[in-house]
Amino acid sequence: MTTTLVKMVSITKRFPGVTANSGINFELRPGEIHALLGENGAGKSTLMNILTGLYMPDEGEIYIRGARVKLTSPRDAIEAGIGMVHQHFRLVQTFSVAENVIMGSGDQGFFLNMQEVEDKLARFSGEYGINVMPGSKIWQLSVGEQQRVEIVKMLYRGTDIMILDEPTAVLTPQESRELFATLRRMADMGKGIIVISHKIQEVLENADRITVLRDGRYVDTFSGKDTDSRKLTMAMVDRDISYGQNISSKPKDDFILCLKGLTVLGDRGQKALKSLDLNLRKGEILGIAGVAGNGQKELAEVIAGLREEAAGEIEVRGERFTGRSARRMIDAGISLIPEDRLGTGLVGSLNILENSILKKYRSGDISTGWFISWKRVREYAHRLVEKFDVKTTGVEAPVRLLSGGNLQKLLLAREISNDPDVIVAVYPVRGLDVGAIEFVRNTLLRQRENGKGIILISEELEELFMLSDRVAVMHEGEIMGILDREEIDLERVGRMMAGEREEGSHERTAVR
Amino acid sequence: MNDPLVVVILSTAVIAGTPLLFAALGEILAERSGVLNLGVEGMMLVGAVSGYIATLLTGNHWAGVLAALAAGGMMGMIHAFISVSLRGNQVVSGLALTIFGTGLSAFLGKSYIGQPVPDVFKPVTVPLFSQIPYLGKIFFEHDALVYLSYIFVIVIWVLVFKTRWGLNLRAVGENPAAADSMGIPVYLTRYISVVSGGMLAGLGGAYLSLAYAPTWLENMTAGRGWIAVALVIFAVWHPWKALVGSYIFGGVDALGFHIQAMGEKALFLKDVSPFFLQMLPYILTIIVLILVTSETKKRRVGTPAALGLPYDREER
Repeated sequence: MTTTLVKMVSITKRFPGVTANSGINFELRPGEIHALLGENGAGKSTLMNILTGLYMPDEGEIYIRGARVKLTSPRDAIEAGIGMVHQHFRLVQTFSVAENVIMGSGDQGFFLNMQEVEDKLARFSGEYGINVMPGSKIWQLSVGEQQRVEIVKMLYRGTDIMILDEPTAVLTPQESRELFATLRRMADMGKGIIVISHKIQEVLENADRITVLRDGRYVDTFSGKDTDSRKLTMAMVDRDISYGQNISSKPKDDFILCLKGLTVLGDRGQKALKSLDLNLRKGEILGIAGVAGNGQKELAEVIAGLREEAAGEIEVRGERFTGRSARRMIDAGISLIPEDRLGTGLVGSLNILENSILKKYRSGDISTGWFISWKRVREYAHRLVEKFDVKTTGVEAPVRLLSGGNLQKLLLAREISNDPDVIVAVYPVRGLDVGAIEFVRNTLLRQRENGKGIILISEELEELFMLSDRVAVMHEGEIMGILDREEIDLERVGRMMAGEREEGSHERTAVR
Repeated sequence: MNDPLVVVILSTAVIAGTPLLFAALGEILAERSGVLNLGVEGMMLVGAVSGYIATLLTGNHWAGVLAALAAGGMMGMIHAFISVSLRGNQVVSGLALTIFGTGLSAFLGKSYIGQPVPDVFKPVTVPLFSQIPYLGKIFFEHDALVYLSYIFVIVIWVLVFKTRWGLNLRAVGENPAAADSMGIPVYLTRYISVVSGGMLAGLGGAYLSLAYAPTWLENMTAGRGWIAVALVIFAVWHPWKALVGSYIFGGVDALGFHIQAMGEKALFLKDVSPFFLQMLPYILTIIVLILVTSETKKRRVGTPAALGLPYDREER
């Protein structure tokens, strides 16, 4: 056996306007878990998409088991034994597990015999100790199970170079541990495993070697045993990060937003929130932890008036606000920083001027009667851009041309300048670079100091623990428990994320 | 020849439904791969006129069938090139092809209007099968193209649901990114489906000009292409249900015709204006669409998830 499975030499890939990879070197040996570490936008996914044949590199060479190869399509990569579990699973929702596993493979004859495939698959997943039900449809499976299907899919095709893109982003801490145990087992069988990640702790605990990328460039490769989180951080961001830590003030006692027995239906008619109680105080950041898809989206939407309540009540400042439209909720001082900035948050093809007044166009300082005063809009937008440091080629350019960080800054600028009482922020730092993350977090903290109530929905536990006064954990539309800042504990939160209820740590609904 | 009226009507329903069935089967193939083809109407017209002209020139209706297949396939190729390779808007491309096909067929057929087809598809009785009481008369006393449509239903059903190729086809229509990452050639699959879909639409058109009418009249499809598109939704992208749907629509079409022919015997219906009777298939289309879409919206079944979406591997 050769000593390297994969060798990538000075890989360069340019996209219109950006160089995503610039002269990157990477090497994978059999039997190792090799972490690819870097901030969002560091070029990790691009590099791996090159290795899986999705992108063609502009420059550089790739060697698989010592032989130079040209990977021009995913098929080439599959034939070379390379497989990838993407962050967004590449599964056909309406197909069964078995159908997903065999699609595209030459394994079956012209006519399919699904029974045979299912039997084979059941035996096969037993061998590797990965539990999947071959006959069930993908949409019936949990996220963790879907991930297992992706892994089985690769094993079935005899993949021995396995890439996982941010595999723990959608898992509870316990599920993550299980995943890494599985990966270790596969590595021990001689497979090479690449894990793309931006979580330093996770990488330190699980990887044999760690290659760090920054801004599309290769920084260094560390041995997992001989490095520590400080060295890795320095390599990743090249500077120390500071957040407005010293949270001094305490939340006020009065409630600004109360949800009482709130039940909400999801898109498929299922109960996305089940009789949920939650209170938000002035000057408080209430963190919502939980695996994505457990009702967080519906929670944010119902508060913003974008989704109807099936039962229960919403109170703002003690006043009943159940069943109100989005406009009424905006007028009531509720502001939403939605998950998809360019879908719900901003209109991609409109420019900064237009986007900045989407919630303000009715107000007297922008419009006169039926007409909008573009002069005033221009002044207003310029103020926002300046104050929130939005980097742009001009206020007249369509906002879809802005980078993720600048989009989020513009969105924050618009929402906060409306002077809301409640801010619901959904995954506000997702996909942002370190600088923008810092900006967003500090902005939220400043709003907290100003006495706003903030609901922060996030998948980054670290972030929640750092910013929140209290953390509520959601599972299948219910609150499993609420922990105060002092009692926050990863183990407990992890158990609650997996659906274990903690009695006694619930919302004490005040009788008023 | 004293068959019950129901049998006569059902038998005409099969004939009237056959052009719809060909077109709907083609549309099922295209849409299963994720490409919406609204050019069916135009493709049928071009198929009808090509089949007609080729039969006039050669005196052989099979030459007409081949010409219709080729013409429909060409139209499908244009649609595939625009919507798959160029990643254009499928709705716009389809509508444009319908307009183009309508104009092109009118132009090509202008000098031939009204000429009789020298070699019409004539009914051929299938031995044995036609002896089955009632069913024999309804299904097995037609022309060769009707039998060909039965075969196509079976072949396409097996192909889509029972074969590796069908699994890949459905994967492309549901989640092209997943299919691509599994090594399925997304573009090739879409090209094959859209082109064969166009060929089937062309064949549906040729059925009108070589068997059903049989002659060439400008715009002789009279919206059947659109009914076929609606039928595919009604049939939730399934060949057998498309067969049933085609005959229902064909039956309604035939019903209006029969009521007029019955004269006094049609009782109260005789007073209904023939225009209303001709409207029936289109009204049915609208009703079916309303019912089916509200139902599928509730249950979220059927529609290929990537229908109408161009696929671009390097899109970020």
